[in-house]
Amino acid sequence: MKLLNISGSPHVHSDESTKRIMWRVNMALIPMFLVGIAFFGLNALLVSLVSVACCCLFQWLIEKFIMKVPSTLCDGSAVVTGLLLAFNVPATADMIWIVAIGALVAIGLGKMSFGGLGKNPFNPALVGRVFLLISFPVQMTTWPTVGKWFPMAFDTTTGATPLGLVKEGLKSGKKLSEITDMPSLMDMFLGHIGGSFGEVCAVAILIGAIYLLCTKIISWHIPVSFIGTAFVFSGILYLCNPEQFIDPVTTILTGGIMLGACFMATDMVTSPMSKVGQLIFGFGCGLLTIIIRNWGSYPEGVSFAILLMNAVTPLINRWCKPARFAK
Amino acid sequence: MAHQIMLAVIVLGALGIIFAVVLYFVAQKFKVIEDPLIDEIAEVLPGANCGGCGKAGCRALAEAFVKQGSMEGLKCPAGGDAVMQKVAALMGCTAEASEPQVAVVRCNACFTGERSKVHYDGLRDCSFANSLFMGENGCQFGCLGLGNCAAACQFDALVMDPETGAPKIDEEKCTACGACVKACPRGIIELRNKGRKNRRVFVNCVNKEKGAVARKTCDNACIGCGKCTKVCPKEAIKVENNLAYVDYRLCIACGKCVNECPTGALIAVNFTPVKPKPAEEAPKPATQEKVEINIPQPEPVEVKKTNE
Amino acid sequence: MGGVHPNDNKISTEAAIEQFPVPSQVVVLMNQHLGAPATPIVAKGDKVKVGQLIGEAQAFMCANVHSPVSGTVSKIDICKDPFGMAKPAIYIDVEGDEWMETIDRTPDIKRECNLEPKQIVDKLKEMGIVGLGGATFPAHIKYSVPEGKKAEYLIINAVECEPYLTSDHRVMLEHAEEICIGISILRKALGVPNAYIGIENNKPEPIRVMREMAAKFEGIIVEPLKLKYPQGAEKQLINAITGRRVPSGKLPIDVGCVVSNVGTTFAVYEAIQKNKPLIENILTVTGKKLPSQHNYQVRIGISYNDIIKHSIGELPATTGKVISGGPMMGKAMCNLDGPTVKGASSVLVIDESEAVRAKESNCIRCGKCMHACPMGLEPYHFSALIKNGRYEEAGAHNILDCIECGCCFFSCPANKPLLDEVRLGKNKYRGILAARSKK
Repeated sequence: MKLLNISGSPHVHSDESTKRIMWRVNMALIPMFLVGIAFFGLNALLVSLVSVACCCLFQWLIEKFIMKVPSTLCDGSAVVTGLLLAFNVPATADMIWIVAIGALVAIGLGKMSFGGLGKNPFNPALVGRVFLLISFPVQMTTWPTVGKWFPMAFDTTTGATPLGLVKEGLKSGKKLSEITDMPSLMDMFLGHIGGSFGEVCAVAILIGAIYLLCTKIISWHIPVSFIGTAFVFSGILYLCNPEQFIDPVTTILTGGIMLGACFMATDMVTSPMSKVGQLIFGFGCGLLTIIIRNWGSYPEGVSFAILLMNAVTPLINRWCKPARFAK
Repeated sequence: MAHQIMLAVIVLGALGIIFAVVLYFVAQKFKVIEDPLIDEIAEVLPGANCGGCGKAGCRALAEAFVKQGSMEGLKCPAGGDAVMQKVAALMGCTAEASEPQVAVVRCNACFTGERSKVHYDGLRDCSFANSLFMGENGCQFGCLGLGNCAAACQFDALVMDPETGAPKIDEEKCTACGACVKACPRGIIELRNKGRKNRRVFVNCVNKEKGAVARKTCDNACIGCGKCTKVCPKEAIKVENNLAYVDYRLCIACGKCVNECPTGALIAVNFTPVKPKPAEEAPKPATQEKVEINIPQPEPVEVKKTNE
Repeated sequence: MGGVHPNDNKISTEAAIEQFPVPSQVVVLMNQHLGAPATPIVAKGDKVKVGQLIGEAQAFMCANVHSPVSGTVSKIDICKDPFGMAKPAIYIDVEGDEWMETIDRTPDIKRECNLEPKQIVDKLKEMGIVGLGGATFPAHIKYSVPEGKKAEYLIINAVECEPYLTSDHRVMLEHAEEICIGISILRKALGVPNAYIGIENNKPEPIRVMREMAAKFEGIIVEPLKLKYPQGAEKQLINAITGRRVPSGKLPIDVGCVVSNVGTTFAVYEAIQKNKPLIENILTVTGKKLPSQHNYQVRIGISYNDIIKHSIGELPATTGKVISGGPMMGKAMCNLDGPTVKGASSVLVIDESEAVRAKESNCIRCGKCMHACPMGLEPYHFSALIKNGRYEEAGAHNILDCIECGCCFFSCPANKPLLDEVRLGKNKYRGILAARSKK
């Protein structure tokens, strides 16, 4: 007979595992992926494939030759990073090679330099994205036009994001009511607008988020407080001056708020653990996003807001201890 | 343009001067006057912060030396006599000579072969496993093989042997700091005198069970039969709680007891393999030669005689 | 707050309690309880009867040990317990089955009890009763309320929230009346108005049986409880029934509660009304891959190998672990020649597919351990502190509040041995505290 096993209790384990969590997150990203391909065509597919492949490759290389540890590729976290990075860049032909650099920064600098999954203080995909935004400002803000369904690859015409339109308009001294080519709310909801290809379609994001909520991978606290804060804060601003500030519904439907709130800010590794901490975290993200959008030089502030709040997460974890059973 | 540059230079320069003055006064105010001897002594200590001296680290020991003003009761076991001589020179007093020691793992455990009776699957920590069960080899007294000692060793002298899964000591690297002795929850590791020509005879077992039970637990267990005590010319071996112990202060490493031991629990290391019997003796000829040269004096024997 | 929901796997609920036959030799350990070992008062060659006192409690925290069989003392020696640790023990060669004359072996139920509270406690001590919920705390200490404290609630723990275990379940079905008499006796000993029996919702049958029986008694209330592990942990149970919380480092009696396992109340009945010392356990033999499931009334001192041989023949070839107790808090055994002791509640055989722990990976800071912890602690934080030897900081974060329920390891997606680390940290921190108080 084989030797008996000995270990401390407990002797059973739930079927929860890091691997399962990460692959479920990947499952939840599929709707956005499909919508992206529908709106932006082959470019979107190529950008995603390159991003995911590069993330996996860099992680494998770093683990094998630099860290000399067994590969953790199959836990699926590199795929999550790759997909999220791709979702956060414009689906243009230029991005196909730029996103590879982003993948190196995301995996190498954002994750593996801290010791791999679980040890990174910042969301790796956002680290990669912000690096690209600062290094390649032109390419990163050149958006493909949306118009027809399933466009051909290497379509060179460029469009603009609604937030970009607003920023440009305000800069040139126009009032909000004078900016005419804003898309309708319905278009925004369905994703028929310019932008990074993962963030445009609110419906797809919601489907993914509901899946994550049902499988208990994320809790409602961060998305609700993030979007809620953004909504309320921009609502207050809108009421103060509707000619200067866009309305709250447009605010949360445009740009990366939905994607950020549901998928980037809820990253387990870089967000607080307690429920109260998560509410504070979401509040901070929402507030910073609106501040950056309205008073910063970039039209969009979700990435910066989340990264800034990532930096505060250890402090929030320290403040927000769970309630002890026995005082 | 030039005007602006000048302004910046002047402002920054002025700020620099002001801060320098402030810093100077603060430094004067909070100056800690420390005996420079502490630094000098800390310099000659090994700097591994192993804690073998019982202090928080090498610098803490240096402070203790200076505070006490003498070397009584303080010793850096890792540095040994060589370091103590240097410290003595700095302190202006004489160091008491002590015999060089080495850590000895007194267990014959093996975790890769037939000897394992169960498989341990929990936290790789000896002191936790010790609270949980007897150990993979089925011996309540023996090595657990989870490497707390190896983790405690600051000198890479104690490593887990991949062949047996049990700890192995590199005699040359071992400084006898005693960190492993403290780390072992079962008190298996002991510091023993290195002995003349590095030859040592000791009981490679700490099992206190009665003979028959101990034998059942492990083939190489000490069964407390007492045969070794009868042949020892120096009465260096005592049997207590079914376990023989060779007192290294009395032992002259004659090796007579080793041949008497029925289970091979008594072993001799670094003896030239003239005697045919002990199989697990396995002295390493290469290291043996080197070590012989390194050991400075044949004094230990004389010291022992005076002790008696 | 906190808690997890493991599969309950109560596959042996249908197996009625059988009397386990007496083998040819038993080994009675001298410390079968929390505290100091009892002192043997028989010598080699002595004849003993079933129920005869053979080990006497001489320390305060100690319990009497009685002979579970009749026969001759063959030796007094040490014996390795199921975890391979040597303990003092009395070996008895079995001859016949001759009981002490004082023990009432008739099946009649004796309802009246005219003893004074003090006499009840003394008799519990004489009969060597200990708590059968797992901690084996000597009963006479638990039921003598210390000066200046007052018991207000008697809580009977029939939650049995551990998966697999069914001994309490069966005892309630088969001995409901005896249990209620036992509860009444304890109620009298403590002088409390009401006793509450906490039973988890997944046991409708015992709840029904106990409700019917409790209606015939004064001051016994059955409280169905939410299904959640660890609902049966002492502090959680007190909280669920009374709403009170035992403060950190305090005992249940500090909030006016005394908690007793339902198996213990049955033993109390037998001890007080039938003069039968604690020489038998109700023990579940279960496991998913076993050919049959059993609940036995087993004399203490029988080796686990004997139990396995008689009940299922031999262990399945794919056995990974054999556990004494439940899968969440039980201890894995390594020496099946070891004898059963008071409080042993099961032989749980786990298949190797479930017994081997998955490989540990990095903590992903998901916080599941923290949300699962019923004491509101942060196991992930302890893990990091303990790995770096920062035991005092772990102590400052209340590591000693941990009740070792195992919810943290159970829920950890990275398979980190969180409870192992916390236990290590608790031991080290206790060591630090002990060293400090010595100074």
